[in-house]
Amino acid sequence: MTDLAIETTGLTKRLGHVAVVDHVDLAVPRGSVYGFLGPNGSGKTTTIRMLLGLVWPTAGSFRLLAEPMPAASARVLPQVGALVEGPAFYPWLTGGQNLRRLDAAGLDGQRKTRAARIDAALEKVGLAAAANKRYRAYSLGMKQRLGLAAALLRPRNLLILDEPTNGMDPQGTREIRNLIRELASEGSTVFLSTHLLSEVEQLCTHLGIISVGKVVAQGSIDELRGRGDAMLRVETTDADNAVNVLKGLGLDTVVVTGEVVSAQLDGQMPEECNRALVMAGVGVRSLTTDRRSLEDAFLALTGEGFDVAG
Amino acid sequence: MWLAEFGLLFRRVRTRVLLLVLAAVPVAVAVAVRISGEGPSPGQGPRFFDQITHNGVFAALVGLTVTLPFFLPLAVAIIAGDSVAGEANLGTLRYVLSRPCGRTRLLVLKGTTLTLFCFVATFAVGLAGLIAGAILFPIGDVTTLSGTTLSLAAGTLRIGLAAVLVALSLLGLAAIGMFISTLTDAPVGAMAGTVGVAVLSGVLDAVPALSWLHPFLLTHYWLSFGDVLRSPVYWNQIVLNLIVQAVTVGIFAAAAWARFTSKDVLA
Repeated sequence: MTDLAIETTGLTKRLGHVAVVDHVDLAVPRGSVYGFLGPNGSGKTTTIRMLLGLVWPTAGSFRLLAEPMPAASARVLPQVGALVEGPAFYPWLTGGQNLRRLDAAGLDGQRKTRAARIDAALEKVGLAAAANKRYRAYSLGMKQRLGLAAALLRPRNLLILDEPTNGMDPQGTREIRNLIRELASEGSTVFLSTHLLSEVEQLCTHLGIISVGKVVAQGSIDELRGRGDAMLRVETTDADNAVNVLKGLGLDTVVVTGEVVSAQLDGQMPEECNRALVMAGVGVRSLTTDRRSLEDAFLALTGEGFDVAG
Repeated sequence: MWLAEFGLLFRRVRTRVLLLVLAAVPVAVAVAVRISGEGPSPGQGPRFFDQITHNGVFAALVGLTVTLPFFLPLAVAIIAGDSVAGEANLGTLRYVLSRPCGRTRLLVLKGTTLTLFCFVATFAVGLAGLIAGAILFPIGDVTTLSGTTLSLAAGTLRIGLAAVLVALSLLGLAAIGMFISTLTDAPVGAMAGTVGVAVLSGVLDAVPALSWLHPFLLTHYWLSFGDVLRSPVYWNQIVLNLIVQAVTVGIFAAAAWARFTSKDVLA
């Protein structure tokens, strides 16, 4: 499978006894904008740190741009632009000096084109006017832009962006999203870690959802949104039995909220579900079907603050 | 790449202030002696102190003698402790490493910059002393500790040699500082730890009951640089100092490498 920009196999990171990342198998197709979605503390950042060679995996392996990592780091990482857990620069240097220092830190210096590349990157993120200002004096949004400029210092085949619009005003957010679309249309694969569903809906072609260190769903947006076509929503006085009945029908994703039981239909007919519930003696007050939104899919899969039945 | 790393260090206000403070020490000593009118009587004060009024170049040696026990190690501890932990603390470490800059290479880069700083700091003291001494006092032939006389040029060269030896004396501590710096993401902790090592070495060196330990201590032979002012130069202690420093650098550079190349960068 050489058409994957990121491919992880059983990627695992244990800190102490806790598996922060637990057998994660990611498949990020080349040319996709892949949304990596998960609640805070779900292992997103640790996964990204492993991809960039900052954290050593406890088990498993991964390839970037079809090359084995970390063996091929020196060859592969120059083609990877990254923004991880917010920007970080030296406060006492200017924006331009910071980019120069970062670019000069690598082996593939390309010193001749450096000044031009830095100017172009700053121009792209709308920071050209502040190039000679010290980083110390930058606003949060400007810092974020400089972080993006660093990721764009050279042509990249893969961009790993961790919450790139964090701290940006609405105009800035729109600019950055347009920039990401532009980069994707130029052929870069974008791996976008975020917890903003709207960002995923607007930008992404593919989606991976991670929860408590495990990938709970992965695929194209249409696949994930459309899986099971619809959600079944049952209002009942007997939620526990309703869950059992629905699970008995082969519905895997069942979520209880008070007296409402929601389930992904997975091709089951709603009338079949109704008959089964009634035959089992479950009191059904109402039964409806919804085409589910991405948000439903996300919450159903991650269950954050939602899945009281466990 | 090297220039970028040096620029990173010497563009920082803190580094410049440190160098300024170091350079101010011999100047302050020279000015104080000048204002008080007459020099101290022979044998009083730090080594070489009584010579300043006769020959200004000794201000450089007094500067080195006065700063070596405390100011210079402090400056080195600050820069060394900050070397890796400072980058971790700012978060820049993750970007530099994923640039990618190999971990071994980054350590070599940091170590080289640190070595350069040891020399710059020492020569800041020496040169400031030399200039202040030359302005405030007569200069001329240099009388050695053995009583012989060297020409001014030869004497200045010996003082330069002394400064080189002082800078080399600091390398052991710098290596320890860099190792401690790889252990933590808190630069202040690494700096304090490094200062602690220097102080501990000084304390142990002052305990007569531990005399068996003294030859192995980092700071034991530090003041041996003064022996270049003997005629002929008395190399014995100087060589022992260089051996102690070389072994320390070897051990702690290896430890820093082992630690840094295997650690998870979570900052």
